[in-house]
Amino acid sequence: MEALLLSRWQFAITTVYHFLFVPVTLGLSVFVALLETCYVRTRRPAWKAACRKLVKFFGTLFVINFSMGVVTGIVQEFHFGMNWSEYSRFMGDIFGAPLALEALTAFFLESTMLGVWLFGWDRLSERAHCVTIWLVALASNLSAFWILVANSFMQHPVGYALRGGRAEMTDFFALVTNPYVVGEYSHTFFSGVATAGFVVLAVSAWKVLHDAASRAAFRQSLMAGALFLLVGLLGAAGSGHLHTQYLAQANPMKLASMEALWETADPAPFAIVADIDEQAHENRAELEVPALFSFMLYNQPAGAVRGINDLQATAEQQYGPGDYRPDVTGLFWSFRLMVGIGGAMIGLAFLTFLLAWKGDPLRFPWLLRLIPWLLPLVYIVNSCGWYVAEAGRQPWIVVGLQKTAEAVSPNLSGAEVWLTMLGFTVTYLLLAGVALYLAFRFVRHTVISYEGRA
Amino acid sequence: MDLHVVWFILIVVLFTGFFILEGFDYGVGGLLPFLSREDRDRSMILRTITPVWDGNEVWMITAGGALFASFPHVYATMFSTFYLALFLMLFALILRGVAFEFRGRRETSAWRHFWEGCIAFGSILPAILWGVAVTDLLRGLPINDKMIYTGGFLDLLSLYSIVGGLTFLFVFLYHGASFLTLRLAEPRLVERARALGKTVGRIAIGLFALCLVLTYVETDLFTRPLAVLALVCAAVLFVLANVLLAHKRGGASFALSSLAIALTTVGFFAGLFPRLMVSSIHPAYSLTIENAASSPYTLSVMTVVACIFVPIVLLYQLWAYHLFRGRVTAQDAEEEY
Repeated sequence: MEALLLSRWQFAITTVYHFLFVPVTLGLSVFVALLETCYVRTRRPAWKAACRKLVKFFGTLFVINFSMGVVTGIVQEFHFGMNWSEYSRFMGDIFGAPLALEALTAFFLESTMLGVWLFGWDRLSERAHCVTIWLVALASNLSAFWILVANSFMQHPVGYALRGGRAEMTDFFALVTNPYVVGEYSHTFFSGVATAGFVVLAVSAWKVLHDAASRAAFRQSLMAGALFLLVGLLGAAGSGHLHTQYLAQANPMKLASMEALWETADPAPFAIVADIDEQAHENRAELEVPALFSFMLYNQPAGAVRGINDLQATAEQQYGPGDYRPDVTGLFWSFRLMVGIGGAMIGLAFLTFLLAWKGDPLRFPWLLRLIPWLLPLVYIVNSCGWYVAEAGRQPWIVVGLQKTAEAVSPNLSGAEVWLTMLGFTVTYLLLAGVALYLAFRFVRHTVISYEGRA
Repeated sequence: MDLHVVWFILIVVLFTGFFILEGFDYGVGGLLPFLSREDRDRSMILRTITPVWDGNEVWMITAGGALFASFPHVYATMFSTFYLALFLMLFALILRGVAFEFRGRRETSAWRHFWEGCIAFGSILPAILWGVAVTDLLRGLPINDKMIYTGGFLDLLSLYSIVGGLTFLFVFLYHGASFLTLRLAEPRLVERARALGKTVGRIAIGLFALCLVLTYVETDLFTRPLAVLALVCAAVLFVLANVLLAHKRGGASFALSSLAIALTTVGFFAGLFPRLMVSSIHPAYSLTIENAASSPYTLSVMTVVACIFVPIVLLYQLWAYHLFRGRVTAQDAEEEY
């Protein structure tokens, strides 16, 4: 029992930690590739020189972040076998394929091309060099796609049959075209774009404000970062909205829990805040907008939404006695935090972009001073998103097929998992400190002059 | 051909690629503290592997992923069996991975020495652990009828597995030294790498011989002619590689040590075939290519995918090596990115 709980904690810690770095990799690779494309294509010598330096500048932030993502990614892959061997046995026939495909089609390309990109500036033509960073960006996003194919199966199993006590793949095409992965992948991609946009924006704001020698160059990236953030946020909001609508059929229990909707309702109200009582399976109090939840799901102010208590009863009929409710309070508030902060960031991105585009951002020093302090918010939003996705499928590890409690390695003792969990956690914390220190130091000390336009 | 056999061969191919490629960068990392005390020299030595080490490590990740996809029971049993050993390996690989990135970011010698230490530690420990793992798989571990490991961490260690671990380490160190004689520009450093290569090479030959004797005593590998042939050829080629290195034939020496590593991998796996993990409780409990495999459908999908992508990967990795083929000079090492 202890090994199960600790294994869950260990996996959660590794996943959340890994996903601090992943969105930056997904988005910043694309950003750097776009920037290098500008560098290759521009005919203005002053901008070309500055642009090259900006590419290398954000490229360095990218690789510091990337190295952290890689080392934690390996831990992720190994965890399935180390701590979740019964899951691997039950699911390996399906789950192993996207993991192998991820390594074969994405990791090789990503790591090989990143090495070429970093050390190949003088060995390749400008165009060929630019192609290598595009390949890195493509491979990063391809790896995200494969791992989300695997994750989508856990959320919404398709293309399988149960044979000989395990799930076997019967339709590879169904696996990769799982409608669930469309929502998960697009939402993750746009979140990556938004995260990278915020990183670029925060760094640029700081440089514009504090580093007069680099001001002109970073004014350019300030605008680009704000635009990138805006595009990412709008994309994430749109894909998130469509994915939530889809949840009504794919995983209604997760949906109802996100909204703390205990009783089936038609039309269903939307609770802005609620005082949730998980013991009594009801909300003690709530501030709600009538029919809004139905409207969000069905684009009209009518339509039934099934409540948690109803779904629990159905699940007991289908799977036998047990508690099939996830952590309602956690899901409810994580979802609100994600949507609330994400929405506020859209305003921030829009405002910053307008100010930087139409005038001198230095006229608004308070904004430039504020932006870097808000950077942690985007990481909180990302973590909340994954909490909703992963905690929302509990108590299942694969919805409807295997429970998390049945998936843990039977040979592990609590002491062993304690040791590894503490070991990984301490290592992660120390390395995050070092990576942050290096990134701050690098940002502070790098000067990029640009004489073109002040 | 039977898909189970095809996948057994593919797993061997992936591990062979991993041991040859990551073998030399583990070797370079492990030798780093002993090659030179000068910061400038160490930068040059590291520069021989920094553009490629990450791509090499993906061979291991792919081998792991391929095991998961083709023989999920092996993946499940092996990774939970080697739980603490893998924790140590992951810890080492985490430090090593970030160290390559972090080392160059500050100038002070304490900073650089710390991360160089992490690179050496992160190269030596995984090399040993892989040797321990391979010999353990062959010798057999207490695996019950449910494919579940019933031992603890200490059951993974025996005289045989420790000798196996050290053999892997010293073969890789030699492999790295021989790689460095090809890739460094400064004659002084090439000489130093060759001298160290000779020393670790002698130790590696001794360990390899001892490992063969213990394999005869501890396992049933010597009942399989193909495995014996591969291992004996590997040993002979490895001795030959050492002779060639002494005669300043770095290229031929590196080619032969690569071949020796490939044959060693083939030999050990041929000794296992058709098993992948041997049970010491009862032969019937061993994990084999039949009882541990994925469904025929998954195996055929993955076969198609592997036949398309493995050659593509090989092509662009070769291209990357070709791009960085020149010997590394002080100027290369100073180049900032």
